[in-house]
Formats: sequence, structure tokens, C-alpha cells
Amino acid sequence: MSAPGAAPRTGRPHAVWALPGVLFFAFFAVAPMVLAFLLSFTEWNGLGDPRPVGLANWRRLLDDPRLTQSLWLTVLLTVVSWAFQTVVALLLGVWAAGRQRNRAILSAVFFVPFLLSSTAIALLFYALLDPNFGIVQKDTLGSSNGAFLAIVFVGGWQFIPFHTLIYQGGARQIPPVLYQAAAIDGAGRYRQFVSVTLPQLRHTITTSSVLMVVGSLTYFETVLILTQGGPGTDTAILPYLMYEAGFKSYDFGYASAIASFLVAAATALSLLLVRLSGFGAMRSVREGM
Amino acid sequence: MAHDTLPHPVKTPRRDRPPAPAPRHRQFWPRRVNPLAGLGSVLWLAVVIVPIYAMISASLTRQDEALGRNALQPPTRPTLDNYNTVLNSGFGHFLANTAIVAAAVVGIVLVLCTPLAYVAVRTRTRWSGAAFRLFLLGVAIPAQAVVVPLYLMIAKLNLYDSLLAVILPTAAFAMPVSVLVLTGTLRDISEELYEAMALDGASPLRMLFQLTIPLAKGGISTVVIYAALQAWNGFLFPLIFTQSDGPRVLTLGLFNYVSQFGVNIPALLASVVLSGIPIFAVYLVARRALVGGLMGVGGK
Repeated sequence: MSAPGAAPRTGRPHAVWALPGVLFFAFFAVAPMVLAFLLSFTEWNGLGDPRPVGLANWRRLLDDPRLTQSLWLTVLLTVVSWAFQTVVALLLGVWAAGRQRNRAILSAVFFVPFLLSSTAIALLFYALLDPNFGIVQKDTLGSSNGAFLAIVFVGGWQFIPFHTLIYQGGARQIPPVLYQAAAIDGAGRYRQFVSVTLPQLRHTITTSSVLMVVGSLTYFETVLILTQGGPGTDTAILPYLMYEAGFKSYDFGYASAIASFLVAAATALSLLLVRLSGFGAMRSVREGM
Repeated sequence: MAHDTLPHPVKTPRRDRPPAPAPRHRQFWPRRVNPLAGLGSVLWLAVVIVPIYAMISASLTRQDEALGRNALQPPTRPTLDNYNTVLNSGFGHFLANTAIVAAAVVGIVLVLCTPLAYVAVRTRTRWSGAAFRLFLLGVAIPAQAVVVPLYLMIAKLNLYDSLLAVILPTAAFAMPVSVLVLTGTLRDISEELYEAMALDGASPLRMLFQLTIPLAKGGISTVVIYAALQAWNGFLFPLIFTQSDGPRVLTLGLFNYVSQFGVNIPALLASVVLSGIPIFAVYLVARRALVGGLMGVGGK
């Protein structure tokens, strides 16, 4: 394991040290991505071996009206969830970065939903939204808008605590000097928020947004437990569509085509975000503070 | 929290300090009353508390009382029967499986990611840069996208329906964020410290164990928490890669209770409450580390 031949005088480790991790990740995460793409050109029911069918799955996918609907739903869910979670988490986080006693207690309570797993939270709201039992004695999940909003709300309920924490951490790193300077310039509370807090939090906003956008692709549990993609197909986001095609209809070739689509979308998204944010520039964010 | 131990000149405010001895300039910004913010935070408090209250009160309600009753009503004759039902349905076994998965995932992630981040920060070769970018891209891969080919691979490796089938992919998917967090922390360790150790003739391995790891405790604890949460939360991999009761983890156990208990919603909610108790206990004991560790993610 030790490869001291690298450059003993500066004591830099040999790049070989990274190999086990890279190989493990390549095998269990990157290779399956490639394999998903290959499987999308085959027909496979989970038993026996995949049989090549050329572009059939892709043609079918592009003609499938459910894909258009699902894609639109996925984008809508991501955007609405992002807006909801960012606004609430940013405000709560900046507020919680203050120092009074009640804030500490409240932020401790705010964090509690995050301690439940997604599955537990989905089950909780499955029960609480039950028309015969729940808080709202209406068939929320039976209506298309109700089901969609329920998923957005449940996702927010679960993840806002985490993002609040991220914003709280970010806001605490803003040097108080900046606020003093702004106050001397006559800036009020609102002005300080817009001109000092928001720009200073831009890296935090990026980090949190990346996690939110990527995370919203994983609302699979919530959809599976709360709505089963329903009513009809009105909440069948892409991951759910893929799950249905694969593990309910045993149509793994078609499921792989949807999955490849998902990978492409996620990669494009992350490239864009990395570009926009300079996330990958390997520089300390504390620079220039 | 991530940087508190670092010998860095930049000011890192300590959190959770009692308010009294705060330096004068620190009092500057949050001290004034902000009624709008206060109102908003109380509103959110209600959003958080009401479902939790409804869950606990319903879990203490007898099943025959539960239907047709508003979930906000407290139970008239509280009972622990629902908890008994759940505990007798394999709950402990599922919890133990989840604990095994979490421990294994944390172990794998730490052993693989620490040297990776060390190399990414300390060596500037084409290869280490490429490896780092691989993980950067990996952050966005949703597990759903690869579950079909992984299913094929797991089957071919003869791992189907075992805990390993859950552990290995979960660890792999926890790696990208872990690498990012660790490189973020390691980057803040000053070059002079390495140079000083190099002058003493220390090998890179010794530097890793005597300098890097001790100074990166904050980032490492964040990674531990993050990886453990991934395992704790995992649903899709267990759903697809396991089948029998033997390797069933808690999330899947909860999901199965839906069909097992049918309309017995009080029992279902009792299972949700029970599932929250272990991590709530951890939260009470290690609140500062948990919260501080996760907060560090955003500080970067």
C-alpha cells in the first residue's frame, strides 16, 4: 500500500493511494451507468440474458406520452421544491444564525424532522393525509394537484431542516464588520439582507441548491409510498416511471432507456451548476473574505 | 465546526456559546427585535410540531377509536398495544440490520475516501485531478438511474438478498459528497505544517496519520454522519436487492408494515415513532457534533 518512491523530500503521497477508492466507485457507480446505457439497447425481463434490440427502446421512449408528462413533472417538482425549500431554509437559517436563547431551542426543534428516514416521513404523511383518519379530512392524495403539492410539502418538511442548518452555518461565517459598514452607510435591515447577506451566501446557496436539485430526483420513496405515481400517472416522476417499467413490468431494457435519460439529465445539471458556481475549482471558499 | 481545530488565521466563530460573554461587535446584528422573523419562525414551528404531535397521539390510540377520529384529538384511553404489535413484528431485527449496514458503510467510506482526498489535495498530477473530477460528477448521479444494471451485477456476483448487496452500492453512492467534504477540509491545512514534517523526514503515510487525520476531525465527523444517514435512509437498494426477512433493513420493514397492518394506522405510526427513537437518542447525546458536522457542508 505504501509507495514511498513518490517524492519523499516533499512528502507527497503517491497517486496510487487513491486507486482503491476510485476502483470501488468505478465498479459500483460508474460501470452501472455505462451498463445502463448498454442495456437500453436490449430486451431483458430479469431472467436469462439481455437480448439486443437496437434502438427499439429509445424509439418507444420518444413516442411515449408518459415520458413527456413525467419529464415535465420532474422539472416542475424540482423547481417548485427548490423555490419552497430555498426561501424557507434561507430565511430560517439566517434567522437562526443569531444568538438569542430561544433561537437555539427553536432550531433544535426545527431539526427534528430530519431525524426520521424518508420512508418514515412518507408513511407518517400517508397516515396523516388518509381521508378517513388524517388531519385534513379530504382526499388530498386523490386529486392531481393535491398529490403534487403533498409531495412538495413532504419533501420540504423533511429537507428544510438540513438546508436551514447549511444556511445557518453559512450566515455565521459572514464577518460582522460588513454589517457594521452597511449600517454606517445607512442601510436598514432589509437592505443589509439584500446587499450583504445574500451576496455573502452565494456559495452556500449554490451548495444547497446542488443538493436540493440532485435530491429532488430521489423523491422516489415519497412518491412510491404516498401516491404510487397517482392519481392515474399524475405524480409519476422519472425515477418512478423507471421503477415501474423495470420492477413492476419486468421490462428492464425500457427501464434502462429511462435511466440513461436520467443520468444524462443529472450530469448536464451538475455540469451546469459546477460551471456556474466554480464548485470544482479546488479553491478555498474563504478566499477573499 | 469543521474548521475549529484548524490553525487558520481566519476567524471562525464558535457556536452555541452562552450569549453573555460575546464580544461587543458580535452583538451588533442579531440583537434587534424582528417581529416578522419571529412570526415566521413560530409558523414553521407549528408546521414541524403538528405532524409529530399527531403521530405520537395516534400511535397511542386504540385501533377501534382511530377511524373517523380527527388525528389532532388526543387519545381518550391511551395504550401501548400498538408498540407491542410493532416490536413483535421483527422491528429489532430490522434495526440491527440497519445498524450493521450503517457501520459497514461508514467504515468503507472512511477507508476509501480519506486517502483519496489526501491525494487530491496533496498531489497535483493529471491523474489525481481526473479522479477528483470523477467524484465531482458523481455527486449528481441519482441511485435510481443505476439500479437496473446494479441489480444485474449483484445477481451475477451472487450477492442478491444479502446485506452486502445493500452495503456496497450504498457506500459507493456516499463517496462523492464524502470526497468533496474531505478535500474541502484538507485543503485548509497549511502547507507549512507538511513542510515541517517533511524536514523531520516523515513519510506521507505518517503525515496522513499524525497530521492530516487529527487536523481533519471536523470533516471526518461530517463524513461519518453523512454516510451513516445515507445508510439509515436507504430504501431503494434494499427494496430491489433484498427479498427475504433475513437481510431486511428498517426502512423496508416500515414499508412492509403498510401491507402487514393494513388499515391499522395507529400501529403503522407506532412503527414510525419507534424508528425515530434510536436516531433521536443519538441526536440528544451528540447534538453538537451532528449539527456542527452537517453545518460544515454549507460553510464550504
